[in-house]
Amino acid sequence: MKSPGPTRATAWRVLLAVPVIAVLWVPSFDRTGPALWGFPFFYWYQLLWVPLSSAIIGLVFLFERRRSGPSEDEG
Amino acid sequence: MSELALQPVAIVVFLALFLLVTVMGFMGARWRRGDLDTLHEWGLGGRRFGTVVSWFLLGGDLYTAYTFVAVPALVFSAGAIGFFAVPYTVIVYPLFYMVFPRLWRICKQHGYLTAPEFVRGRFDSRALSLAVAVTGILATMPYIALQLVGMQVVIAALGLSGSGIMADVPLFVAFLVLAAFTYTSGLRAPAIIAMVKDVLIYATVIVAVVVIPMQLGGWAHIFAAVPAAKLTLPVPTAHTLGSYGAYATLALGSALALFLYPHSMTAALSASGGRVLQRNAMLLPAYSFILGLLAMLGFMALAYGVGHAPQFAAGFRHYGPNFAVPALILSAFPSWFVGVAFAAIAIGALVPASIMSIATANIFTRDIYKTYLKPNATDAQESSMAKLVSLLVKLGALIFILALPATAAIEFQLLGGIWIIQTLPSVFLGLSRWRLRPGALLLGWACGMVVGTAMAASTHFKTAIFPLHLGAFTAPGYAALYGLIVNLAVAIVLSAILNAFRSAEAAARDPAARFGF
Repeated sequence: MKSPGPTRATAWRVLLAVPVIAVLWVPSFDRTGPALWGFPFFYWYQLLWVPLSSAIIGLVFLFERRRSGPSEDEG
Repeated sequence: MSELALQPVAIVVFLALFLLVTVMGFMGARWRRGDLDTLHEWGLGGRRFGTVVSWFLLGGDLYTAYTFVAVPALVFSAGAIGFFAVPYTVIVYPLFYMVFPRLWRICKQHGYLTAPEFVRGRFDSRALSLAVAVTGILATMPYIALQLVGMQVVIAALGLSGSGIMADVPLFVAFLVLAAFTYTSGLRAPAIIAMVKDVLIYATVIVAVVVIPMQLGGWAHIFAAVPAAKLTLPVPTAHTLGSYGAYATLALGSALALFLYPHSMTAALSASGGRVLQRNAMLLPAYSFILGLLAMLGFMALAYGVGHAPQFAAGFRHYGPNFAVPALILSAFPSWFVGVAFAAIAIGALVPASIMSIATANIFTRDIYKTYLKPNATDAQESSMAKLVSLLVKLGALIFILALPATAAIEFQLLGGIWIIQTLPSVFLGLSRWRLRPGALLLGWACGMVVGTAMAASTHFKTAIFPLHLGAFTAPGYAALYGLIVNLAVAIVLSAILNAFRSAEAAARDPAARFGF
Protein backbone atom coordinates (compact mmCIF):
# COMPACT_ATOMS: atom_id res chain seq x y z
CA MET A 1 0.00 0.00 0.00
CA LYS A 2 1.70 3.15 -1.17
CA SER A 3 0.48 6.61 -0.33
CA PRO A 4 1.62 9.72 -2.17
CA GLY A 5 4.64 11.69 -1.02
CA PRO A 6 4.45 15.24 0.26
CA THR A 7 3.50 18.09 -2.05
CA ARG A 8 6.17 20.41 -3.45
CA ALA A 9 6.72 23.64 -1.57
CA THR A 10 5.05 26.70 -3.10
CA ALA A 11 4.84 30.40 -2.29
CA TRP A 12 1.46 29.72 -0.66
CA ARG A 13 3.40 28.67 2.43
CA VAL A 14 3.87 32.37 3.26
CA LEU A 15 0.28 32.18 4.53
CA LEU A 16 1.44 29.82 7.27
CA ALA A 17 3.17 32.75 8.97
CA VAL A 18 -0.16 34.49 9.59
CA PRO A 19 -1.39 32.41 12.58
CA VAL A 20 2.12 32.35 14.05
CA ILE A 21 2.41 36.14 14.03
CA ALA A 22 -1.16 36.57 15.25
CA VAL A 23 -0.72 34.53 18.42
CA LEU A 24 2.76 35.87 19.20
CA TRP A 25 1.63 39.49 19.01
CA VAL A 26 0.53 39.57 22.64
CA PRO A 27 -0.40 43.31 22.95
CA SER A 28 -3.08 42.77 20.28
CA PHE A 29 -5.16 40.53 22.55
CA ASP A 30 -4.18 41.18 26.16
CA ARG A 31 -7.51 42.60 27.32
CA THR A 32 -10.82 41.36 28.71
CA GLY A 33 -13.33 42.96 26.31
CA PRO A 34 -15.32 42.36 24.23
CA ALA A 35 -16.41 39.13 25.88
CA LEU A 36 -18.01 36.28 23.93
CA TRP A 37 -20.37 33.84 25.72
CA GLY A 38 -18.77 34.94 28.97
CA PHE A 39 -15.22 34.34 27.71
CA PRO A 40 -12.94 37.39 28.05
CA PHE A 41 -11.35 38.51 24.74
CA PHE A 42 -7.91 37.16 25.75
CA TYR A 43 -9.26 33.60 25.79
CA TRP A 44 -11.73 33.41 22.94
CA TYR A 45 -9.49 35.29 20.53
CA GLN A 46 -6.58 32.89 21.00
CA LEU A 47 -8.90 29.89 20.86
CA LEU A 48 -10.33 31.25 17.62
CA TRP A 49 -6.86 31.02 16.06
CA VAL A 50 -6.90 27.26 16.53
CA PRO A 51 -9.57 26.57 13.86
CA LEU A 52 -8.26 29.49 11.77
CA SER A 53 -4.76 28.04 11.67
CA SER A 54 -6.21 24.67 10.77
CA ALA A 55 -8.16 26.27 7.91
CA ILE A 56 -5.08 28.10 6.63
CA ILE A 57 -2.99 24.92 6.68
CA GLY A 58 -5.81 23.12 4.86
CA LEU A 59 -5.95 25.86 2.23
CA VAL A 60 -2.20 25.72 1.59
CA PHE A 61 -2.41 21.92 1.34
CA LEU A 62 -5.26 22.13 -1.19
CA PHE A 63 -3.40 24.62 -3.38
CA GLU A 64 -0.21 22.55 -3.26
CA ARG A 65 -1.99 19.30 -3.93
CA ARG A 66 -3.60 20.76 -7.01
CA ARG A 67 -0.15 21.86 -8.18
CA SER A 68 1.57 18.56 -7.42
CA GLY A 69 -1.19 16.31 -8.71
CA PRO A 70 -2.96 13.71 -6.60
CA SER A 71 -0.80 10.70 -7.43
CA GLU A 72 2.79 11.84 -7.25
CA ASP A 73 5.11 8.95 -6.34
CA GLU A 74 7.14 8.57 -3.20
CA GLY A 75 10.25 10.72 -3.28
CA MET B 1 -5.30 15.94 58.89
CA SER B 2 -7.57 13.49 57.11
CA GLU B 3 -6.27 11.57 54.10
CA LEU B 4 -8.09 11.46 50.75
CA ALA B 5 -11.31 9.44 50.80
CA LEU B 6 -11.57 6.09 49.02
CA GLN B 7 -13.76 6.18 45.86
CA PRO B 8 -15.03 2.60 45.38
CA VAL B 9 -17.31 3.16 42.35
CA ALA B 10 -14.72 5.27 40.58
CA ILE B 11 -12.06 2.64 41.26
CA VAL B 12 -14.17 -0.12 39.67
CA VAL B 13 -14.78 1.92 36.49
CA PHE B 14 -11.14 2.96 36.44
CA LEU B 15 -9.90 -0.61 36.73
CA ALA B 16 -12.31 -1.89 34.08
CA LEU B 17 -11.06 0.68 31.56
CA PHE B 18 -7.47 0.02 32.53
CA LEU B 19 -7.99 -3.70 31.97
CA LEU B 20 -9.55 -3.01 28.58
CA VAL B 21 -6.53 -1.08 27.32
CA THR B 22 -4.15 -3.66 28.75
CA VAL B 23 -5.79 -6.37 26.67
CA MET B 24 -5.78 -4.08 23.63
CA GLY B 25 -2.11 -3.30 24.15
CA PHE B 26 -1.17 -6.97 24.01
CA MET B 27 -3.44 -7.63 21.05
CA GLY B 28 -1.68 -4.79 19.26
CA ALA B 29 1.14 -7.22 18.44
CA ARG B 30 -1.18 -8.92 15.96
CA TRP B 31 -2.59 -5.74 14.45
CA ARG B 32 -1.32 -4.99 10.92
CA ARG B 33 0.99 -7.91 11.44
CA GLY B 34 4.67 -7.41 10.82
CA ASP B 35 7.88 -9.08 11.90
CA LEU B 36 8.37 -7.63 15.39
CA ASP B 37 11.92 -8.99 15.42
CA THR B 38 13.00 -6.04 13.28
CA LEU B 39 13.42 -2.55 14.69
CA HIS B 40 11.57 -1.05 11.74
CA GLU B 41 8.45 -2.98 12.73
CA TRP B 42 8.76 -2.93 16.54
CA GLY B 43 9.98 0.64 16.85
CA LEU B 44 8.23 2.34 13.95
CA GLY B 45 5.19 0.16 13.27
CA GLY B 46 6.57 -0.59 9.80
CA ARG B 47 5.85 3.01 8.69
CA ARG B 48 2.31 1.95 7.86
CA PHE B 49 0.03 4.27 9.83
CA GLY B 50 -2.46 6.18 7.69
CA THR B 51 -4.09 9.56 8.37
CA VAL B 52 -6.52 8.39 11.05
CA VAL B 53 -4.17 6.19 13.07
CA SER B 54 -1.42 8.83 12.84
CA TRP B 55 -3.85 11.43 14.09
CA PHE B 56 -4.64 9.38 17.19
CA LEU B 57 -1.03 8.39 17.71
CA LEU B 58 0.39 11.91 17.36
CA GLY B 59 -2.44 13.36 19.43
CA GLY B 60 -1.99 10.73 22.12
CA ASP B 61 1.73 11.35 22.08
CA LEU B 62 1.94 15.14 22.09
CA TYR B 63 -0.93 15.96 24.42
CA THR B 64 0.25 13.92 27.38
CA ALA B 65 -1.44 13.17 30.69
CA TYR B 66 0.95 15.52 32.35
CA THR B 67 -0.16 18.30 30.01
CA PHE B 68 -3.75 17.61 30.95
CA VAL B 69 -2.91 17.96 34.63
CA ALA B 70 -0.23 20.65 34.48
CA VAL B 71 -1.76 23.17 32.06
CA PRO B 72 -4.97 23.67 34.09
CA ALA B 73 -2.80 23.58 37.24
CA LEU B 74 -0.76 26.51 35.94
CA VAL B 75 -3.92 28.41 35.00
CA PHE B 76 -5.31 27.61 38.46
CA SER B 77 -2.25 28.94 40.25
CA ALA B 78 -0.84 31.62 37.91
CA GLY B 79 -3.75 32.64 35.67
CA ALA B 80 -3.45 33.93 32.09
CA ILE B 81 0.22 32.99 31.62
CA GLY B 82 -0.79 29.32 31.75
CA PHE B 83 -2.82 29.84 28.60
CA PHE B 84 0.44 30.03 26.60
CA ALA B 85 -0.29 26.38 25.81
CA VAL B 86 -2.79 27.63 23.20
CA PRO B 87 -0.49 29.90 21.15
CA TYR B 88 2.16 27.20 21.58
CA THR B 89 -0.01 24.56 19.94
CA VAL B 90 -1.17 27.03 17.25
CA ILE B 91 2.44 27.65 16.19
CA VAL B 92 3.36 23.98 16.13
CA TYR B 93 1.37 22.93 13.06
CA PRO B 94 2.44 25.44 10.41
CA LEU B 95 5.97 24.47 11.41
CA PHE B 96 5.08 20.79 11.29
CA TYR B 97 3.66 21.24 7.78
CA MET B 98 6.86 22.89 6.58
CA VAL B 99 9.36 20.48 8.10
CA PHE B 100 8.01 17.00 8.65
CA PRO B 101 6.83 15.82 5.26
CA ARG B 102 10.31 16.62 3.95
CA LEU B 103 12.06 14.91 6.86
CA TRP B 104 9.77 11.90 6.51
CA ARG B 105 10.65 11.54 2.81
CA ILE B 106 14.39 11.66 3.43
CA CYS B 107 14.22 9.22 6.34
CA LYS B 108 12.13 6.81 4.29
CA GLN B 109 14.53 6.99 1.33
CA HIS B 110 17.56 6.29 3.47
CA GLY B 111 15.94 3.94 5.99
CA TYR B 112 16.53 6.24 8.96
CA LEU B 113 14.53 5.51 12.12
CA THR B 114 15.79 8.39 14.29
CA ALA B 115 16.88 12.03 14.07
CA PRO B 116 20.51 11.30 15.06
CA GLU B 117 20.66 8.78 12.23
CA PHE B 118 19.58 11.48 9.78
CA VAL B 119 22.16 13.89 11.22
CA ARG B 120 24.90 11.28 10.87
CA GLY B 121 24.09 10.73 7.21
CA ARG B 122 23.50 14.37 6.39
CA PHE B 123 26.68 15.75 7.96
CA ASP B 124 28.95 12.68 7.85
CA SER B 125 29.67 13.25 11.52
CA ARG B 126 29.43 10.63 14.25
CA ALA B 127 30.25 13.19 16.95
CA LEU B 128 27.37 15.49 15.99
CA SER B 129 25.02 12.52 15.74
CA LEU B 130 26.07 11.35 19.21
CA ALA B 131 25.42 14.83 20.63
CA VAL B 132 21.90 14.79 19.16
CA ALA B 133 21.32 11.22 20.42
CA VAL B 134 22.46 11.91 23.97
CA THR B 135 20.46 15.15 24.12
CA GLY B 136 17.35 13.28 23.01
CA ILE B 137 17.75 10.54 25.62
CA LEU B 138 18.50 13.01 28.44
CA ALA B 139 15.53 15.20 27.57
CA THR B 140 13.10 12.29 27.35
CA MET B 141 13.89 10.49 30.62
CA PRO B 142 12.39 13.13 32.95
CA TYR B 143 9.44 13.44 30.56
CA ILE B 144 8.63 9.76 31.11
CA ALA B 145 8.97 10.32 34.85
CA LEU B 146 6.45 13.16 34.62
CA GLN B 147 3.91 10.85 32.99
CA LEU B 148 4.21 8.62 36.03
CA VAL B 149 3.71 11.71 38.23
CA GLY B 150 0.46 12.40 36.36
CA MET B 151 -0.61 8.85 37.08
CA GLN B 152 0.41 9.13 40.73
CA VAL B 153 -1.86 12.14 41.19
CA VAL B 154 -5.00 10.36 39.96
CA ILE B 155 -4.19 7.18 41.88
CA ALA B 156 -3.95 9.28 45.02
CA ALA B 157 -7.19 11.08 44.16
CA LEU B 158 -8.93 7.69 43.94
CA GLY B 159 -8.00 7.30 47.60
CA LEU B 160 -5.55 4.50 46.85
CA SER B 161 -2.61 6.13 48.55
CA GLY B 162 -1.86 3.63 51.27
CA SER B 163 1.05 4.06 53.61
CA GLY B 164 4.59 2.75 53.53
CA ILE B 165 5.44 0.26 50.79
CA MET B 166 1.73 -0.12 49.89
CA ALA B 167 1.65 3.49 48.73
CA ASP B 168 3.57 2.68 45.56
CA VAL B 169 1.91 -0.61 44.67
CA PRO B 170 -0.75 0.78 42.25
CA LEU B 171 1.88 2.76 40.37
CA PHE B 172 4.12 -0.29 40.24
CA VAL B 173 1.30 -2.38 38.75
CA ALA B 174 0.56 0.29 36.13
CA PHE B 175 4.24 0.39 35.32
CA LEU B 176 4.44 -3.39 34.82
CA VAL B 177 1.46 -3.30 32.47
CA LEU B 178 3.03 -0.48 30.47
CA ALA B 179 6.40 -2.20 30.27
CA ALA B 180 4.95 -5.54 29.26
CA PHE B 181 2.77 -4.40 26.38
CA THR B 182 5.44 -2.06 25.04
CA TYR B 183 7.91 -4.93 25.10
CA THR B 184 5.69 -7.35 23.22
CA SER B 185 3.87 -5.04 20.77
CA GLY B 186 6.22 -2.09 20.19
CA LEU B 187 4.72 1.04 18.64
CA ARG B 188 1.53 -0.80 17.69
CA ALA B 189 0.46 -0.89 21.36
CA PRO B 190 0.34 2.88 22.00
CA ALA B 191 -1.16 3.39 18.53
CA ILE B 192 -4.12 1.18 19.35
CA ILE B 193 -4.51 2.40 22.96
CA ALA B 194 -4.37 6.03 21.82
CA MET B 195 -7.80 5.61 20.25
CA VAL B 196 -9.43 4.58 23.55
CA LYS B 197 -7.56 7.28 25.38
CA ASP B 198 -8.80 9.97 23.03
CA VAL B 199 -12.41 8.88 23.20
CA LEU B 200 -12.19 9.08 27.01
CA ILE B 201 -10.40 12.44 26.97
CA TYR B 202 -12.84 14.00 24.50
CA ALA B 203 -15.80 12.67 26.51
CA THR B 204 -14.37 14.04 29.76
CA VAL B 205 -13.56 17.46 28.38
CA ILE B 206 -16.82 17.92 26.52
CA VAL B 207 -18.85 16.87 29.57
CA ALA B 208 -16.71 19.14 31.77
CA VAL B 209 -17.14 22.24 29.65
CA VAL B 210 -20.91 21.67 29.39
CA VAL B 211 -21.78 20.43 32.89
CA ILE B 212 -19.50 22.46 35.13
CA PRO B 213 -20.46 25.90 33.74
CA MET B 214 -24.10 24.87 34.19
CA GLN B 215 -23.41 24.01 37.84
CA LEU B 216 -21.56 27.28 38.35
CA GLY B 217 -24.12 29.50 36.58
CA GLY B 218 -22.38 30.03 33.23
CA TRP B 219 -18.95 30.95 31.90
CA ALA B 220 -19.31 34.59 32.94
CA HIS B 221 -19.61 33.45 36.57
CA ILE B 222 -16.53 31.28 36.26
CA PHE B 223 -14.42 34.15 34.93
CA ALA B 224 -15.91 36.50 37.52
CA ALA B 225 -14.47 34.23 40.24
CA VAL B 226 -10.95 34.80 38.87
CA PRO B 227 -9.02 37.70 40.43
CA ALA B 228 -8.63 40.50 37.82
CA ALA B 229 -4.83 40.32 38.05
CA LYS B 230 -4.90 36.68 36.90
CA LEU B 231 -7.42 37.17 34.10
CA THR B 232 -5.04 38.88 31.65
CA LEU B 233 -1.29 39.38 31.51
CA PRO B 234 0.08 42.36 33.45
CA VAL B 235 0.89 45.18 30.99
CA PRO B 236 4.68 45.67 30.86
CA THR B 237 6.24 48.93 32.05
CA ALA B 238 8.42 51.11 29.81
CA HIS B 239 11.77 49.39 30.29
CA THR B 240 10.82 45.75 30.00
CA LEU B 241 8.98 43.28 27.79
CA GLY B 242 7.56 41.92 31.04
CA SER B 243 5.04 39.14 30.92
CA TYR B 244 4.53 39.63 27.15
CA GLY B 245 8.10 38.55 26.50
CA ALA B 246 7.68 35.52 28.75
CA TYR B 247 4.35 34.54 27.17
CA ALA B 248 5.45 34.83 23.55
CA THR B 249 8.87 33.21 23.99
CA LEU B 250 7.41 30.32 26.00
CA ALA B 251 4.91 29.68 23.21
CA LEU B 252 7.48 29.94 20.41
CA GLY B 253 10.25 28.04 22.20
CA SER B 254 7.95 25.22 23.28
CA ALA B 255 6.62 24.92 19.72
CA LEU B 256 10.12 24.71 18.24
CA ALA B 257 11.17 22.15 20.85
CA LEU B 258 8.13 19.87 20.63
CA PHE B 259 8.96 18.10 17.41
CA LEU B 260 12.62 17.66 18.26
CA TYR B 261 11.69 15.30 21.09
CA PRO B 262 12.39 11.71 20.07
CA HIS B 263 8.82 10.60 20.80
CA SER B 264 7.34 13.19 18.41
CA MET B 265 9.85 12.19 15.77
CA THR B 266 9.03 8.50 16.17
CA ALA B 267 5.28 9.08 15.91
CA ALA B 268 5.72 11.31 12.85
CA LEU B 269 8.09 8.94 11.06
CA SER B 270 5.70 6.02 11.57
CA ALA B 271 3.21 7.62 9.14
CA SER B 272 2.72 5.91 5.81
CA GLY B 273 3.31 9.01 3.69
CA GLY B 274 4.22 12.68 3.55
CA ARG B 275 0.66 13.66 2.77
CA VAL B 276 -0.58 11.77 5.81
CA LEU B 277 1.51 14.23 7.81
CA GLN B 278 0.29 17.25 5.85
CA ARG B 279 -3.31 16.24 6.46
CA ASN B 280 -2.49 15.77 10.12
CA ALA B 281 -1.02 19.28 10.33
CA MET B 282 -4.52 20.42 9.40
CA LEU B 283 -6.38 17.95 11.67
CA LEU B 284 -4.25 17.90 14.84
CA PRO B 285 -5.33 21.41 15.96
CA ALA B 286 -8.56 19.71 17.09
CA TYR B 287 -6.52 18.57 20.10
CA SER B 288 -5.26 22.11 20.66
CA PHE B 289 -8.84 23.29 20.91
CA ILE B 290 -9.56 20.61 23.52
CA LEU B 291 -6.38 21.64 25.35
CA GLY B 292 -7.56 25.26 25.38
CA LEU B 293 -10.86 24.20 26.92
CA LEU B 294 -9.02 21.99 29.37
CA ALA B 295 -6.96 24.95 30.49
CA MET B 296 -10.26 26.49 31.57
CA LEU B 297 -10.63 23.69 34.14
CA GLY B 298 -8.07 25.67 36.12
CA PHE B 299 -10.49 28.60 36.41
CA MET B 300 -13.39 26.23 37.10
CA ALA B 301 -11.39 24.79 39.99
CA LEU B 302 -10.89 28.34 41.29
CA ALA B 303 -14.61 29.07 40.95
CA TYR B 304 -15.41 25.83 42.77
CA GLY B 305 -13.06 26.85 45.56
CA VAL B 306 -11.43 23.39 45.66
CA GLY B 307 -8.26 24.95 47.06
CA HIS B 308 -9.99 25.61 50.38
CA ALA B 309 -12.02 22.41 50.62
CA PRO B 310 -10.89 20.40 53.69
CA GLN B 311 -11.41 17.03 51.96
CA PHE B 312 -8.72 17.92 49.38
CA ALA B 313 -6.20 19.46 51.76
CA ALA B 314 -4.06 16.32 51.80
CA GLY B 315 -3.99 16.23 47.98
CA PHE B 316 -2.91 19.84 47.61
CA ARG B 317 -0.32 19.37 50.32
CA HIS B 318 1.28 16.48 48.41
CA TYR B 319 0.83 17.54 44.81
CA GLY B 320 0.39 21.32 44.90
CA PRO B 321 -1.65 22.91 42.08
CA ASN B 322 -1.42 19.63 40.14
CA PHE B 323 -4.21 18.41 42.40
CA ALA B 324 -6.61 21.09 41.08
CA VAL B 325 -8.00 19.02 38.19
CA PRO B 326 -8.52 15.80 40.18
CA ALA B 327 -10.18 17.84 42.95
CA LEU B 328 -12.48 19.55 40.45
CA ILE B 329 -13.44 16.22 38.88
CA LEU B 330 -14.20 14.75 42.31
CA SER B 331 -16.35 17.77 43.21
CA ALA B 332 -18.30 18.11 39.98
CA PHE B 333 -18.98 14.59 38.69
CA PRO B 334 -20.85 11.51 39.88
CA SER B 335 -18.60 8.74 41.07
CA TRP B 336 -18.74 6.55 37.94
CA PHE B 337 -17.76 9.46 35.73
CA VAL B 338 -14.87 10.27 38.05
CA GLY B 339 -13.63 6.79 37.17
CA VAL B 340 -13.90 7.55 33.44
CA ALA B 341 -12.11 10.90 33.76
CA PHE B 342 -9.30 9.50 35.91
CA ALA B 343 -8.90 6.54 33.57
CA ALA B 344 -8.57 9.05 30.71
CA ILE B 345 -5.70 10.74 32.53
CA ALA B 346 -3.96 7.50 33.53
CA ILE B 347 -4.30 5.95 30.07
CA GLY B 348 -3.22 9.32 28.72
CA ALA B 349 0.01 8.73 30.61
CA LEU B 350 0.51 5.21 29.27
CA VAL B 351 0.46 6.21 25.60
CA PRO B 352 3.21 8.86 25.63
CA ALA B 353 5.27 6.96 28.22
CA SER B 354 5.24 3.96 25.92
CA ILE B 355 6.15 5.96 22.81
CA MET B 356 8.87 7.85 24.70
CA SER B 357 10.49 4.63 25.87
CA ILE B 358 10.32 3.21 22.34
CA ALA B 359 11.83 6.39 20.87
CA THR B 360 14.66 6.36 23.40
CA ALA B 361 15.24 2.68 22.71
CA ASN B 362 15.36 3.30 18.95
CA ILE B 363 17.97 6.02 19.46
CA PHE B 364 20.10 3.96 21.82
CA THR B 365 19.98 0.97 19.48
CA ARG B 366 20.62 2.74 16.20
CA ASP B 367 22.90 5.55 17.29
CA ILE B 368 24.92 4.13 20.16
CA TYR B 369 24.70 0.31 20.12
CA LYS B 370 24.92 -0.18 16.38
CA THR B 371 27.24 2.77 15.73
CA TYR B 372 29.75 2.19 18.49
CA LEU B 373 29.26 -1.17 20.19
CA LYS B 374 28.17 -3.70 17.58
CA PRO B 375 28.29 -2.33 14.03
CA ASN B 376 27.30 -5.65 12.43
CA ALA B 377 24.27 -6.30 14.66
CA THR B 378 21.53 -8.29 12.93
CA ASP B 379 17.90 -7.15 12.71
CA ALA B 380 16.93 -9.51 15.50
CA GLN B 381 19.76 -8.31 17.76
CA GLU B 382 18.75 -4.69 17.12
CA SER B 383 15.17 -5.39 18.00
CA SER B 384 15.94 -7.33 21.19
CA MET B 385 18.35 -4.61 22.32
CA ALA B 386 15.64 -1.99 21.77
CA LYS B 387 13.09 -4.02 23.75
CA LEU B 388 15.55 -4.32 26.62
CA VAL B 389 16.39 -0.61 26.57
CA SER B 390 12.70 0.33 26.56
CA LEU B 391 12.37 -1.60 29.85
CA LEU B 392 15.48 -0.03 31.38
CA VAL B 393 14.38 3.49 30.45
CA LYS B 394 11.00 3.03 32.13
CA LEU B 395 12.57 1.42 35.17
CA GLY B 396 14.89 4.42 35.42
CA ALA B 397 11.89 6.75 35.30
CA LEU B 398 10.10 4.74 38.01
CA ILE B 399 13.11 4.81 40.32
CA PHE B 400 13.49 8.52 39.59
CA ILE B 401 10.03 9.43 40.84
CA LEU B 402 10.00 7.00 43.76
CA ALA B 403 13.39 8.15 44.99
CA LEU B 404 13.19 11.88 44.33
CA PRO B 405 10.45 14.42 45.03
CA ALA B 406 8.09 15.27 42.12
CA THR B 407 9.64 18.72 41.91
CA ALA B 408 12.88 17.09 40.72
CA ALA B 409 11.11 15.58 37.71
CA ILE B 410 9.53 18.95 36.90
CA GLU B 411 12.86 20.75 37.13
CA PHE B 412 14.60 18.17 34.95
CA GLN B 413 11.82 18.37 32.41
CA LEU B 414 12.26 22.11 32.31
CA LEU B 415 15.93 21.53 31.55
CA GLY B 416 14.95 18.88 28.98
CA GLY B 417 13.10 21.50 26.93
CA ILE B 418 16.11 23.80 27.06
CA TRP B 419 18.39 20.99 25.92
CA ILE B 420 16.32 19.40 23.19
CA ILE B 421 15.82 22.69 21.33
CA GLN B 422 19.62 22.87 20.88
CA THR B 423 19.37 20.06 18.32
CA LEU B 424 17.23 22.26 16.05
CA PRO B 425 20.08 23.57 13.85
CA SER B 426 21.35 20.04 13.12
CA VAL B 427 17.93 18.49 12.48
CA PHE B 428 15.75 21.21 10.93
CA LEU B 429 18.47 23.22 9.16
CA GLY B 430 19.89 19.90 8.02
CA LEU B 431 16.88 19.88 5.71
CA SER B 432 17.90 23.15 4.09
CA ARG B 433 20.37 23.83 1.30
CA TRP B 434 22.64 25.74 3.63
CA ARG B 435 26.13 24.29 3.82
CA LEU B 436 26.35 24.13 7.58
CA ARG B 437 29.45 22.36 8.87
CA PRO B 438 29.35 19.63 11.54
CA GLY B 439 32.11 21.19 13.65
CA ALA B 440 30.27 24.50 13.71
CA LEU B 441 26.97 22.82 14.57
CA LEU B 442 28.62 20.87 17.40
CA LEU B 443 30.18 24.01 18.89
CA GLY B 444 26.86 25.86 18.53
CA TRP B 445 25.08 22.97 20.28
CA ALA B 446 27.60 23.08 23.15
CA CYS B 447 27.26 26.88 23.53
CA GLY B 448 23.46 26.65 23.50
CA MET B 449 23.46 23.88 26.13
CA VAL B 450 25.76 25.85 28.41
CA VAL B 451 23.97 29.20 28.01
CA GLY B 452 20.48 27.70 28.43
CA THR B 453 21.46 25.60 31.44
CA ALA B 454 23.27 28.51 33.09
CA MET B 455 20.20 30.72 32.63
CA ALA B 456 17.97 28.09 34.26
CA ALA B 457 20.50 27.59 37.05
CA SER B 458 20.43 31.34 37.76
CA THR B 459 16.77 30.95 38.74
CA HIS B 460 17.63 27.83 40.79
CA PHE B 461 15.64 25.77 38.23
CA LYS B 462 12.40 27.29 39.50
CA THR B 463 11.46 28.85 36.16
CA ALA B 464 12.70 28.72 32.59
CA ILE B 465 12.14 32.47 32.19
CA PHE B 466 15.40 34.39 32.21
CA PRO B 467 15.42 38.19 32.62
CA LEU B 468 17.85 39.20 29.87
CA HIS B 469 19.28 42.69 30.49
CA LEU B 470 20.09 44.77 27.42
CA GLY B 471 21.42 48.00 28.91
CA ALA B 472 18.51 49.56 30.79
CA PHE B 473 16.00 47.34 29.02
CA THR B 474 14.91 43.93 30.33
CA ALA B 475 13.64 41.16 28.08
CA PRO B 476 12.33 38.25 30.15
CA GLY B 477 12.28 35.23 27.87
CA TYR B 478 12.36 31.44 27.68
CA ALA B 479 15.95 30.32 28.35
CA ALA B 480 15.63 27.62 25.65
CA LEU B 481 15.07 30.29 23.01
CA TYR B 482 17.98 32.44 24.21
CA GLY B 483 20.23 29.39 24.17
CA LEU B 484 19.04 28.59 20.65
CA ILE B 485 19.86 32.11 19.42
CA VAL B 486 23.46 31.74 20.68
CA ASN B 487 23.60 28.24 19.18
CA LEU B 488 22.37 29.42 15.76
CA ALA B 489 24.71 32.42 15.71
CA VAL B 490 27.76 30.25 16.45
CA ALA B 491 26.76 27.53 13.97
CA ILE B 492 25.99 29.90 11.09
CA VAL B 493 28.91 32.31 11.52
CA LEU B 494 31.46 29.57 12.05
CA SER B 495 30.12 27.61 9.05
CA ALA B 496 30.45 30.71 6.89
CA ILE B 497 34.05 31.18 8.00
CA LEU B 498 34.91 27.50 7.42
CA ASN B 499 33.25 27.56 4.01
CA ALA B 500 35.22 30.64 2.97
CA PHE B 501 38.44 28.65 3.38
CA ARG B 502 37.16 25.47 1.77
CA SER B 503 38.50 24.33 -1.58
CA ALA B 504 36.01 24.00 -4.43
CA GLU B 505 36.84 20.31 -4.57
CA ALA B 506 36.00 19.74 -0.89
CA ALA B 507 32.82 21.75 -1.25
CA ALA B 508 31.70 19.52 -4.10
CA ARG B 509 32.09 16.49 -1.82
CA ASP B 510 29.77 17.98 0.83
CA PRO B 511 27.40 15.21 2.01
CA ALA B 512 24.44 17.50 1.25
CA ALA B 513 24.93 16.56 -2.41
CA ARG B 514 23.85 13.00 -1.58
CA PHE B 515 20.43 14.32 -0.59
CA GLY B 516 19.88 16.24 -3.78
CA PHE B 517 20.15 19.62 -2.12
